[in-house]
Amino acid sequence: MHPKRKLKLYWIIALMLGSAAIVSLVLYSLKQNINLYLTPSQIQSAHLKPEQLIRVGGLVVKGSVYHYPDSIKQRFVLTDNKQNLTVIYEGILPSLFREGQGIIAEGRIDSSGVLVASEVLAKHDEEYRPPNITADIL
Amino acid sequence: MNTLLIPELGKFALILALSVSLVQIIFPLWGAERNIIPYMKLARITALMQAALMSISFFTLAYAFISDDFSVRYVAENSNSQLPLIYRFAAVWGAHEGSLLLWVYLLTLWMAAVSLFSKHIPLVMLSRILAVLSMIAAGFYLFLLLTSDPFARLLPNIPLNGRDLNPLLQDPGLVIHPPMLYMGYVGFSVAFAFVIAALMSGRLDSAWARWSRPWTLIAWCFLTYGIVAGSWWAYRELGWGGWWFWDPVENASFLPWLAGTALIHSLIVTEKRNAFKAWTAFLAICCFSLSLLGTFLVRSGVLISVHAFATDPHRGEFLLAFLMLVIGGSLALYAWRARTLKTELHDFNFYSREAMLLSNNIILFVAMLTVLLGTLYPLLMDELGLAKLSVGYPYFNAVFVPLMIPLFFLMGVAPWCHWRQTEPRILKAPLIKMLILVCVLALALPWIAGVKLHLMVFIMLALAFWIAFNSLAQIKRRSLTHWGMVTAHIGVAITVIGITLSTAYSEQRNLSMVVGDSVLVGPYQFRLESLNDMIGPNYHGVVATMRVEKNHQLVEFLHPEQRIFNVSKTAKANTAIRASLFSDIYVALGTPLEKEAWSLRIYYKPFVRWIWLGGLFMILGGIFALVGKRRK
Repeated sequence: MHPKRKLKLYWIIALMLGSAAIVSLVLYSLKQNINLYLTPSQIQSAHLKPEQLIRVGGLVVKGSVYHYPDSIKQRFVLTDNKQNLTVIYEGILPSLFREGQGIIAEGRIDSSGVLVASEVLAKHDEEYRPPNITADIL
Repeated sequence: MNTLLIPELGKFALILALSVSLVQIIFPLWGAERNIIPYMKLARITALMQAALMSISFFTLAYAFISDDFSVRYVAENSNSQLPLIYRFAAVWGAHEGSLLLWVYLLTLWMAAVSLFSKHIPLVMLSRILAVLSMIAAGFYLFLLLTSDPFARLLPNIPLNGRDLNPLLQDPGLVIHPPMLYMGYVGFSVAFAFVIAALMSGRLDSAWARWSRPWTLIAWCFLTYGIVAGSWWAYRELGWGGWWFWDPVENASFLPWLAGTALIHSLIVTEKRNAFKAWTAFLAICCFSLSLLGTFLVRSGVLISVHAFATDPHRGEFLLAFLMLVIGGSLALYAWRARTLKTELHDFNFYSREAMLLSNNIILFVAMLTVLLGTLYPLLMDELGLAKLSVGYPYFNAVFVPLMIPLFFLMGVAPWCHWRQTEPRILKAPLIKMLILVCVLALALPWIAGVKLHLMVFIMLALAFWIAFNSLAQIKRRSLTHWGMVTAHIGVAITVIGITLSTAYSEQRNLSMVVGDSVLVGPYQFRLESLNDMIGPNYHGVVATMRVEKNHQLVEFLHPEQRIFNVSKTAKANTAIRASLFSDIYVALGTPLEKEAWSLRIYYKPFVRWIWLGGLFMILGGIFALVGKRRK
């Protein structure tokens, strides 16, 4: 083969291998890192794999927040006004966390059906409702 | 004049600007086609007129904010008479309508600058460029007037006071971050307009790259500054010590930055070697399309985020249609005319500067695509009704970091390469020496500092030294533009060091404390001395006094606050940070717990400043390149 053509061929092969590697890397990581977004009533029918990371949106039930003494662990109940879900979170709640407020908790469902949250997100607007909830309640 | 009429003046100026923009589209294009000189010259004047009209419109809205004119709905929704003056001014771009007004105002300023500082550009070309810019402006004027009028009134029932600015935005960050970011976004429209004008005329030569490069560099500097300021703001403001969250809105600003970084590099090849023309043109189109996409993502309300305020679906539809029109139209024009851009490609070998800049472009472009995929994937799934989901930051870290490793490696090789070809033999000896040097340094420095060495720390430190030393090794050619490259690349090295060390060696404690408790974080001892009530201009709250000691020596008293804003009744943590070049101490007050206890976050973050310092170096490099070019 003409050396110039040969070089071109190498380039093309290298590019194809490179892009194949990148595409598979990207798709693999995407598959690993998708967090499903659910409401408390969708959880039962969701057929979650054990240890699957999910995000649950709901309103914090008034009077449900309990602080464990001498720790930063707390328990509260999320609702979409149809189903309730108990959440346990060890960490600092966002400043905007309040009872009756819409929040998103990210974590895993344990064997007793409690969401063990690794992160709690609150939204800044007091009129804010997590998506789905707005559609479901109003 | 009756003060009640002043906001109408702003709206009237906006409508006039729309009319002028239509004139600036029709006559210059017609003139360029038929070679009618007065029609073409008209564009230069109308560009200045649009800038003047938009100045009136913008400052009218600012005046409404400063004078507490709550008859304007937008002011009533986003300001309050208790709000400090500086935030009343910055509140102009604190929400949807005003931020778009700022967007198009900055566009008219860029347009006026093009009209004033382009004496050497042929009139036919200039008139087309200004017409294209005017099309974009017209789209935004229409968007403002039809869906998001910032001057809409609440008459005759004027509210007594406003609903206040979102507390999260009441920070010096609001004053700098959005205008800088928008200057960058909008600035890429100039390179875009250059490409479209060149495609219209069917002539895209190296002169085109020479003209558009300074504009692109300025836009890139602004965008870099906007991103740096945004990251610094998030770090201070959000109270969990992070500086980048791979949040869709952050990605929206990062996407045009990646494309823009590729563009400023490929423009060099187009200008100096008259090569890669079609690719550079494509990048310029991508870059501006991504800027528009960024505006769309943030302003349409499709994202759940702190940044997304618009919820009116018509706005999203309008922006989406506009986006489709701009991207579709420009890509169609590109497809139709790209054949005219074909260049006879000069031969270059793998170690040539062309090949290095090409690899830079490929990697940056692929990195941009992976971020784009992760950002749009949840939106697509939601839109198709398949699932509601989010893509977490591990995805971005997993795909983005491995792509950066070859990029950083090549950044060290590139300064040694010449145009067309470099003998691999000449490169070998100095590069191997350098490789040994940086590996030894990356092993020795953590050892001297007495910290545990992780593999990733070693790789990233070695790469950062590799970039910096290789850039410095070639400063025999002392042109200012070359110094620009050296400075910007050292900036990348500084940022890489900052990210690596702050990620690997930060220490963090989230805990419950009562007055009198102490805790050790990093080398520092923190003792909660007191908690007091406090009252600010438009908020009240609690302030803690934290005594920080190192080796039983007082370092500083820190005062983190928890503020509750009077009007919106929302709470916001105000972090207390002791910043220094080599480490930050960071304390944020969380929420009250049982029995006088409060939750607190305490961080020790080494080298975190370097992340933003590197960004400033990159900007400085951009400025050197710009000034160096002007001197020639």
